[in-house]
Amino acid sequence: MSVQTIPRPAPEAASPGPASYGPASEEARARAFGEALDLLRQEVIAERGREDARYIHTLIALQRGLECGGRAALAISLLPPAWPAGTAMLTTAKILENMELGHNILHGQWDWMRDPAINSATWEWDFPTPAEAWKHTHNVIHHTFTNVVGKDRDLGYTILRMSPDQPWRPAYLAQPLYAALIAPVFEWAIALYDLEVDAVATGRKSPRALLRDLGALGRKAVRQAAKDYLLFPLLSGPSALPCLLGNLTANTVRNLWAHTVIFCGHFPEGAQSFTEERIEGESRGQWYVRQAQGSANIEGGTVLHILTGNLSHQIEHHLFPDLPSNRYAQIAPRVRALCEEHGIPYTTGPLLRQYTSVWSRILRLALP
Amino acid sequence: MGTTFLTAVRGRSGRLLHAAAAALTTPLLPADYLALFDPLLGGRWPAGRVESVRPETAEATTLVIRPGRGWGGFRAGQYVPVGVDIDGVLHWRTYSLSSAPGRPGEPFALTVKALPDGLVSGRLAQDTGPGTVLRLGPAQGDFTLPEPLPERTLFLTAGIGLTPVMSMLRALARRQGGRNASAGDVVLVHSAPDRAATVFGRELRVLSRRMPWLRVHLHHTRTSGRRLTPQRLSAVCPDWRERQTWTCGPGPMLDALRQHWHEQGPAVERRLHLERFRPALPAAASGAGAEDGLIRFQRTGVDVPAGAGVPLLRAGEAAGVAMPSGCRMGICFGCVASLVQGRVRDLRTGEITGEPGTLVQTCVCTAVGTVAVDL
Repeated sequence: MSVQTIPRPAPEAASPGPASYGPASEEARARAFGEALDLLRQEVIAERGREDARYIHTLIALQRGLECGGRAALAISLLPPAWPAGTAMLTTAKILENMELGHNILHGQWDWMRDPAINSATWEWDFPTPAEAWKHTHNVIHHTFTNVVGKDRDLGYTILRMSPDQPWRPAYLAQPLYAALIAPVFEWAIALYDLEVDAVATGRKSPRALLRDLGALGRKAVRQAAKDYLLFPLLSGPSALPCLLGNLTANTVRNLWAHTVIFCGHFPEGAQSFTEERIEGESRGQWYVRQAQGSANIEGGTVLHILTGNLSHQIEHHLFPDLPSNRYAQIAPRVRALCEEHGIPYTTGPLLRQYTSVWSRILRLALP
Repeated sequence: MGTTFLTAVRGRSGRLLHAAAAALTTPLLPADYLALFDPLLGGRWPAGRVESVRPETAEATTLVIRPGRGWGGFRAGQYVPVGVDIDGVLHWRTYSLSSAPGRPGEPFALTVKALPDGLVSGRLAQDTGPGTVLRLGPAQGDFTLPEPLPERTLFLTAGIGLTPVMSMLRALARRQGGRNASAGDVVLVHSAPDRAATVFGRELRVLSRRMPWLRVHLHHTRTSGRRLTPQRLSAVCPDWRERQTWTCGPGPMLDALRQHWHEQGPAVERRLHLERFRPALPAAASGAGAEDGLIRFQRTGVDVPAGAGVPLLRAGEAAGVAMPSGCRMGICFGCVASLVQGRVRDLRTGEITGEPGTLVQTCVCTAVGTVAVDL
């Protein structure tokens, strides 16, 4: 399975190649790369305006419309055509809600609109894990320490070995099984993961904080589960069972999709992992280089990009986590050109190829 | 008794119904869906719709706004944060309400003067037509009349500073229900450039004719060529020292008045109530450099000198403010706080920004001069 990456320039190439240069010019390359990206960022920020605001307002209206339509159709889902229609609408609504709305709004991508209804401080999403808990594990830990072994808990979500730099243990032999098992219940796996029970064991988190987070998760999870698996089915009367199955299907498909997109973002062939030594005293330019090297894109059309919450542009997202997601597609060709110019790999490929590549990594690293 | 019982049942069943609907829309509220049809239905983030627009002077305009669900009303003299959509960004400013408080849901009025270079005031005063939706914050401020009313009252205003006082006068006029009832003894001394530039001039003349308890003195600086000084005030209102005084106008005028009242001793000074359009922040502690300012943590009530280049997060933590924090490098948005006033510099880019309502990343932003944050 070959994965398309931009090859690093050979040592004799005119552009600075990392392999043959010392740390000083490595740093110079990172600085130049970072400065170019800072300029690009400034350009997008200066352009942000009415069209971007219209985009997010449209997406929110579309998502809520689909959700209402899906719920209404599933309420009468004893009628044969209502079930697939309702399930499809609800599934799409949940995918949009999670990826293009929740993930991106909670990153602060829309804070610049100064709208208290659409910003990282007030948004709550249709997911068992409370936004506050997720913002900590995702925005703080994962985005700061992207793919750093021992720091980025998303590198295997504490149960998988996703980098050869992680020491092998016999438990990893079964990791293809774990990876497959968490995919359909991904939202619940994330909720448990966000509790950071492992951090309590190492003393980074206090037991009191764990209890507080458990309480917040419990309250939210009960409401989430009650809505989909109790209240809407009960309201559907004779359609209770198909409604319940429709809701279960929507959540499961959303989970499988989120799991797919997220694993394709950092684990296909070509996406690198890093050691803690590598990030000591890391400059802004080096941070940018690491974000680009540790991420991977998915190629596809506009619909695919929107359904992935533009995480198909994972590289652009990791370089600029707070730029509005609708801008990633626009800047992607320029980011790619900058990567080529500075000899930094830009890992990208179609969904199926990236997905297969992720699974081959899961299988390969299950073994010592 | 019967109606009270009915109201209680309706209130309780209404709340139950809402709770039941909210269980279906969680983590959103039913209001979030209703807002898609009409922003006025979404009570979670209140909004109002401009019903009519009335020019007051060449620069000042009154907007009559019908508030939607979730807006809690106001007391005469208060101001309200208004969010105006300009190119996709909500610009938040506060404006004094000029109408008398009515029943819940009744339209209210804002009177806005276009400031030179005022992005939002210009838009509201000159380019806002009926049908425009404006976002609303809760009414706030304690520049309001006490209950019961003082026996003798002085309102001392200049320019657009008449707005909150106009709300009080209209409320008093409505409450007194006409010419025979009394609001005690009220004197309004208002300063404006000339007759044409006097907001509510015509209504003030009518009010003073009809309301025996009200005496209005209009001072025109351009026609008289003189500013309204404390000496002239003594001439038109000799007993100003004994009156409860509410004053609103330009900052220098308020500073001068405060000083003048202060000189009369604490008993007189206590009777002065000031309203500034922007709350004045104290100057930085002595010893700070010329470039330095001050960071006010509004909710905590802590003022910290703003060291040059020190992020708001570090300054707050050093002063013992419970600061939200995250990555400390501007990525995670775990440290954001709403800017109340002032401007900040993004340490990564050097860019200076700042408007009320901006969510500021406190870990990478430093104060430019004096700022207030909602923490």
